[in-house]
This record gives sequence, structure tokens and C-alpha cells, in this order.
Amino acid sequence: MKPDFEQFKDLPGTTIFTIEKGREGFQLNEFCMSLRKEENRRRFLADERSYLDEWEMTEDQKQAVLTRDFQKMLDNGGNVYFLSKIFAAEGLSYVQAVSTMTDMNVEQYQAMMLAGGRNVEGWRSKKERDVA
Amino acid sequence: MAKITAGVATSHVPAVGAAIDMGRTEDDYWKPMFQGYEFSKSWIKTNNPDVAIIVYNDHASYFGMEIMPTFAIGVAESFEVCDEGYGPRPVPSVEGAPELATHLAASLILDDFDLTVLNVLEVDHGLTVPLSLMYGTPDKWPSKVIPLAVNVVMYPQPSGERCLSLGKAIRRAVEEFDEDLNVQIWGTGGMSHQIQGARAGLINLPWDQKFMDDLVDQPEVLQYKPHLEYMREAGSEGVELIMWLIMRGALGDKVDEVHRFNHVPASNTSVGHLILTPQGGNA
Ligand SMILES: [Fe+2]
Repeated sequence: MKPDFEQFKDLPGTTIFTIEKGREGFQLNEFCMSLRKEENRRRFLADERSYLDEWEMTEDQKQAVLTRDFQKMLDNGGNVYFLSKIFAAEGLSYVQAVSTMTDMNVEQYQAMMLAGGRNVEGWRSKKERDVA
Repeated sequence: MAKITAGVATSHVPAVGAAIDMGRTEDDYWKPMFQGYEFSKSWIKTNNPDVAIIVYNDHASYFGMEIMPTFAIGVAESFEVCDEGYGPRPVPSVEGAPELATHLAASLILDDFDLTVLNVLEVDHGLTVPLSLMYGTPDKWPSKVIPLAVNVVMYPQPSGERCLSLGKAIRRAVEEFDEDLNVQIWGTGGMSHQIQGARAGLINLPWDQKFMDDLVDQPEVLQYKPHLEYMREAGSEGVELIMWLIMRGALGDKVDEVHRFNHVPASNTSVGHLILTPQGGNA
């Protein structure tokens, strides 16, 4: 069967992690995996730039990590389960980190979740959402 | 003869594990969710399996992108608990069932399901949170476990059809094992959730409930649901629900619904839980 990676581009506000993305983000995700070790978490937090320079990541990927721009990390091949190691190192929860990718602050995001979450209506496709 | 006596489906939200580990299950936020599992905790006391086959996914905890198996089975004597970045969960390590697992691995490979064989595996919240939900906080888990890891993180995930038929093959393989064992199969993950991008926080409870209805009554209609539909309707991480199809396939054609529970939200996620038993013995 011929793979169709383009089909996911129609999902608004969503980056699907594909086998292609996995190749693009390999070094970024490898760096994230290294943070499973407490010793590496300490070393990373003590001097982020030098720790990142130990990895063959692109400068865009490094900048995205340094500025905690999770959307930019996704755009550059990161996957959220890998990226979670970065915010876990700082003791942040998924809700705290994930909310930064939305147009809400964490309180607003938590209130939305308590009220039943984001309604799918209007978010099924870029066409439905009316964005390019 | 070994026999699959029940199936359990449950979400495996990491924050649920954290709530248990930090003693927050009585908090206003968490209490209604944990109440939905009270029935299950007493049910499993009288229906405890010798072995639970736990279908789950690793969340970049043990498998990185160096090696990403589509299906992998743990055949070891025991499995340690991963450090997912916050330090390992303070839960017991997991005892394996090497003989049944080895039989399953061989049988399934001969049936054309090309499973990766794992003699070493550390398990993450995908596997330990369901254990905590069903068993609480014992010093030792009351059943042995066969971890069955499925790639749901990287597209292409296995198809629904493949998952349902893997479940059916697991049922046959279990029944061909000579030792008398009470075996359950647990399908974990889901339900609707998205933890990335501007669309994060998506929940679709009506879709989740329809998925549960179909899973119980007509799983064959679910097998052709494309990955894109899970992602569109149930969020990018909602695609984890394909793992429930493996569980369902292992229960035979007709099932009885013993327990059902839904709760929104747990962290970013719609929690769903089912206990099903096969109808008509070994059909
Ligand atoms: Fe998961």
C-alpha cells in the first residue's frame, strides 16, 4: 500500500509523528531519550547549551529546546512523548507543558479540560476551521 | 489448557499513576475517576488471573527511535519500571510469565504475526497504571504479566484489521498451551486525547462511547476505521485505541459486558474502562 503522509496536513493545530518525521527529528528525540537518566537531567539543566552541543541537532532544534518552544520542536521532528523528558526534567506536568502550545494560559486550559475538554466541532479539518 | 477468561480495557493516563503515588486519590479532582474503578478492584479479587497479557504502548520510555517495533512481546522473568523523567514510579517490578510468553511468541510468529522478542524490557506508565487501577497499591502485583507492546506513537501504526486478527491469534495460541492457566487480556490507552499543538485538549466523549458500543457488539466494523479518523475525531493520541481491538479480538465473537465507566477529564484525557467476558466458553 502506498503511504499517504499528506493526509494529516488537513488536521488543524496537529502535527502527526510519522516515519518521515522520525528521521528528521532523530537527533532531537535521541537527546530527549538521554534525559531518562537523572545524571543527564542534572547536567542538561546546569548548562543547556553545552549539553545540546553534544548532539548533532540542527540549530533550529537547539533553539527550540532552549526557548521551550514545543510547537517548534514538533515542527522540527520532535514527538511529544520524547519532548516530555524535557519538561519532566523541570518537574512540569503534561498539562503545564501542553497548554503552552495552545492560545490559552495554563489556568484557562485547565478550566477548558474541567468543562469537558476542547470540543471537536470546528476542529476536524482546516477547511472546517477555515484556515489554510 | 490455558484459557482467556476476561478482557479489561482501560486508559493509562500518567497523571493517574502520579495521583496514586502521591496519595491524591481522595482529592476532589480525582475521587470521581477512581470511584469508577472500585467495582473493578473488587471484581478482580474474585476473578484474579494467573497471567494478564497487557497490550500497551511504550511512550519513548524504553524504545527510542533507534528501534521501533510494531509489535513486541516480553518473554523475560521480570520487568523493571522505567524512569520516564520524573524518576521511576514507586511500584513493584512486574513478574513475567516466560513459558506462556515464549509459547505465544513462537505461535504468533508461525501464524505470520512477526513479533519482536524482548528478553529485556522496562515498562512504563502504559503498563503500570492499569495495574495500579485494577490492584491498587500492593507490595507485589497479584498476577504475572506478559507485556505486549504496540507502536502507536509513529505513523504508520498497525491497522485495525491487523490488531483485531492478532487478538484472535492470541486466543488460539493461549488455548493451545497445555498448562491450566486463567489468562486475561488487557487493552490499554485512549480514549480521546490530544497532547500537542494548538488543538491540544481535544475530547470527544460521544465518539468514545460509540467506540465502546461497537467494540462490545460489532468489533468487525471498527477494524476498517482508518488511523486518520481516530486522529481527527479522538485526537492525535486517541489512536492508542487500536490496542483495545487486540484485546477484543482475543475474546471471541460474543462478549458479556461486566462493567463500563467513562470520566472526563484525567489531566488531558477522556478515561474509558470496560470489563468484558467471553460468551459461550471456548467458542
Ligand atoms: Fe498512552
